[in-house]
Amino acid sequence: MSKQHVQTTINGESTEFLCETSQTLLDVLRNELHMTGTKEGCGTGDCGACSVTLDGELVCSCLVFGAEVHGKRIETIEGMAPANDLHPLQRQFLEHAGLQCGICTPGILVAARELLKHHPDPSEEQVRYWLAGNLCRCTGYNKIIEAVLAAAREIRETHHHA
Amino acid sequence: MLKKTDAANIPVELIGSSPVRPDGVPKVTGMAQYGADYALPGMLWGKVLRSPHAHARVASIDTSRAQALPGVKAVMTAADMPDQDFTYQGPERVQVNFWHMTRSVMAREKVLFAGHPVAAVAATTEAIAREALGLIEVKYEVLPHVIDVDQAMQGDAPLLFEDMITRGNEQAKPSNVSRLKTFQAGDLEAGFAKADEIVELSFKTEPVHQGYIEPHAALARWGADGQSEVWSSSQGHFVVRAFTAQLLGLNVSDVVVHPAEIGGGFGGKTLVYLEPLALTLSKLTGYPVKMVMTREEVFEATGPTSGSSMTVKMGVTRDGTIVAADGTFKLQAGAFPGSPVLNAAMCAFSVYEIENARAVAYDVVSNRPKAVAYRAPGSPIAAFAVESVVDELARRIGMDPIDLRLKNAVGPGSSTIWGPKHAHGGYRETLEALKNHPAYQQPLGPNQGRGVASGFWFNGGGESAATIHVAEDGSIALATGSMDVGGSRASMALMAAETLGVPYASVRSTVSDTASIGYNHVTGGSRVTYATGMAVVQACQKVIDDLRSRAAMIWDIDVDHVVWDDGAAKPVSAEVGDFAPLTLKEIAAKRAVTGGPIVAEVAINAGGQAPGFSSQFCDVEVDPETGAVKVLRYVAAQDVGRAIHRRYVEGQIEGGVAQGIGWALNETYIYNDKGHLENAGFLDYRVPVASDLPMIEALIVEVANPNHPFGVKGVGEVNIVPVMAAMANAIRDATDVRLTALPMSPPAVLAALEDSGANARMNEAVSA
Repeated sequence: MSKQHVQTTINGESTEFLCETSQTLLDVLRNELHMTGTKEGCGTGDCGACSVTLDGELVCSCLVFGAEVHGKRIETIEGMAPANDLHPLQRQFLEHAGLQCGICTPGILVAARELLKHHPDPSEEQVRYWLAGNLCRCTGYNKIIEAVLAAAREIRETHHHA
Repeated sequence: MLKKTDAANIPVELIGSSPVRPDGVPKVTGMAQYGADYALPGMLWGKVLRSPHAHARVASIDTSRAQALPGVKAVMTAADMPDQDFTYQGPERVQVNFWHMTRSVMAREKVLFAGHPVAAVAATTEAIAREALGLIEVKYEVLPHVIDVDQAMQGDAPLLFEDMITRGNEQAKPSNVSRLKTFQAGDLEAGFAKADEIVELSFKTEPVHQGYIEPHAALARWGADGQSEVWSSSQGHFVVRAFTAQLLGLNVSDVVVHPAEIGGGFGGKTLVYLEPLALTLSKLTGYPVKMVMTREEVFEATGPTSGSSMTVKMGVTRDGTIVAADGTFKLQAGAFPGSPVLNAAMCAFSVYEIENARAVAYDVVSNRPKAVAYRAPGSPIAAFAVESVVDELARRIGMDPIDLRLKNAVGPGSSTIWGPKHAHGGYRETLEALKNHPAYQQPLGPNQGRGVASGFWFNGGGESAATIHVAEDGSIALATGSMDVGGSRASMALMAAETLGVPYASVRSTVSDTASIGYNHVTGGSRVTYATGMAVVQACQKVIDDLRSRAAMIWDIDVDHVVWDDGAAKPVSAEVGDFAPLTLKEIAAKRAVTGGPIVAEVAINAGGQAPGFSSQFCDVEVDPETGAVKVLRYVAAQDVGRAIHRRYVEGQIEGGVAQGIGWALNETYIYNDKGHLENAGFLDYRVPVASDLPMIEALIVEVANPNHPFGVKGVGEVNIVPVMAAMANAIRDATDVRLTALPMSPPAVLAALEDSGANARMNEAVSA
């Protein structure tokens, strides 16, 4: 069986790859393109560790085939801090100890960035429900929620002053 | 060497602050490398063939068809690893038996649970390896199986090991009970005779998985010279090295284990599953081999902690003195002996001063994966039973549950059921912190209830090593061999910076591989901040002595006349000479001419650890229509000795409580009648998600441990111990129904409410 040729854009870079039709986007990112920032926790769309955006939609990359992303735009955790300029979410996660082991963190950051695009001033409850698809076993979520709310504040204030 | 410190009164600048962790940026940018993130040139993929049967004899394994598949480089079975002697080794609470361990890693005569490894394949792609598994022909003679602990103890139960005689009851005929041990103090009969009220209840709990989000992963490279390397995610790469070397018959130092970042462990990554298989496959093929478990494999074949069957009886006088306690704790070990039942029995009554007490421990094998440590292993299981009974005692005598605990609280000098006396306080202080919390007196609404519970955990010391290197610009390279599961690099850096008197930012804190530093035992038992922290501080003190002697050389005075203060060498007084202080940075610049590299390594076996105590209350609301339990408030007070990194200390408490809430309300293993796990995924094995939980309030209590330079006790585990009982006691308060089985899931709660007629009463309360 011949491989599929796929042309896509990842974190703004035009990228092409070959993949088997059975390979997921997660598998392609991690094992073909060596972008291991996107994590695999379950492979069944239950844990959110592999969250990326596909044409601006938040998806579990383990539930998308590599061949499906032809002509689409993908954003992963690796594109979140261009030129080492940390996103406010990344900075607030560090400040608030919003990670312990850190394995869920890339997925949560990607998901939280989408939340703040849609809801720049979320309530605690909104954050909790938005992130309900991202499992964290270490933190009990307190500090993740606090970090997201702090980042939302920071982004609002920055825009306000701009 | 153990030195008493005045830890409670040492002035500190950095200890207790919350700086950004040294390993933070790689973890928020996706650059950190976890177990599955490593790759090597020429790497093959390994996959494991697992038993479809819960219990069967392995008659034959034919690998020829799998071997012939293009792309397959090797197929291994247990025959490719040496067998091991049958002996129990190590301290009683955590003994290992390599005869069991090698069979757990890969089955030999029998498969003992569905998911038990029977063979493994290495191939050029993961897909080919998976396809090859289907070509391995295993002939099984299927045997009857047993899952439940009580059924496994029946006389007619199928035996996992036909010749297993109970240790501690050698007269008995072979059974599934691997161990029986009784701890006893005082005179039970006389104790219960003094009681005005006696409560006896029986309990069942389900096994629960540690639920780390990162599946097990290992990459191994065997060298033709017999020297090999392993990259894996574990709570202790020195233990991975020891077990892998033992299981493969290698010299320990011929295996170098590189610590990958760990994506959660909670006790479940303190042993080996994949490492010996990957290394064997690498040996057979001549290529590096990478193996990564699926989530289904993680649930079917790793962890969990034990399920249990328990009976606890306790007696109290009307004035609130607990006069006797008797408990029987039967814990599932899974397919091989070694549940944490001794911990359960020892911790069970350990927060109470009880003259007359007994705890009987049964370790019972059955056809499920071998139990592995999970956060204060054993203690939360026992506490669910004991703390539920204590709650009933308080109700019988009409006493506030915190007051009853305060009246019977252990303190320094109190006896334990296993011999030594308690040496440390801290328990009473957690109760007082809870009682003084303003919300504890707040009234509750209809169908709401409040529950209190406490817990005990030993905490750990043990073997640790640390090195300090002072670079020529005065910056500090700090290394330990303790895996960082949740911020320990930061707490090590804080303790080093505080000791040396330098800024936190000048300390680079890392975790070294097994070839680069002395042995460090696992990151477990809440031991790292205590024991490894002690090694770090002692290494800093050695460096300070070195820096003092270099200053003495520069000033040409006696070293005894040089003190270290605020990051600089200073003359002890004006009499010894008029010298401007020499900072660490200034001395470091003269490194070469004052004796060469400034280095210290300290390796210790830390004793003197102090136990952790936690007391918690929660408010819940029970929905009489559905049986769903909503957690409205959770307050957890814990004595940590001294918080080094405050936010990560809070994080441990918050995380432990969240795991306990999952254990209390949702998490369970569902086996069908064939002994197959039916909920081997996160959708059906439901750990708490963000929308399930309220903000968990951590109350940090600090009663310093004088055996640690900064007073540390440890924080990681005891926070999970009280949770299940606190939840059950809150549900009891809300509904008048005592639940004695976990999980207290909506169907279970609803059934209990209907059986007792409580839901009719509760519905009235809502409509009134």
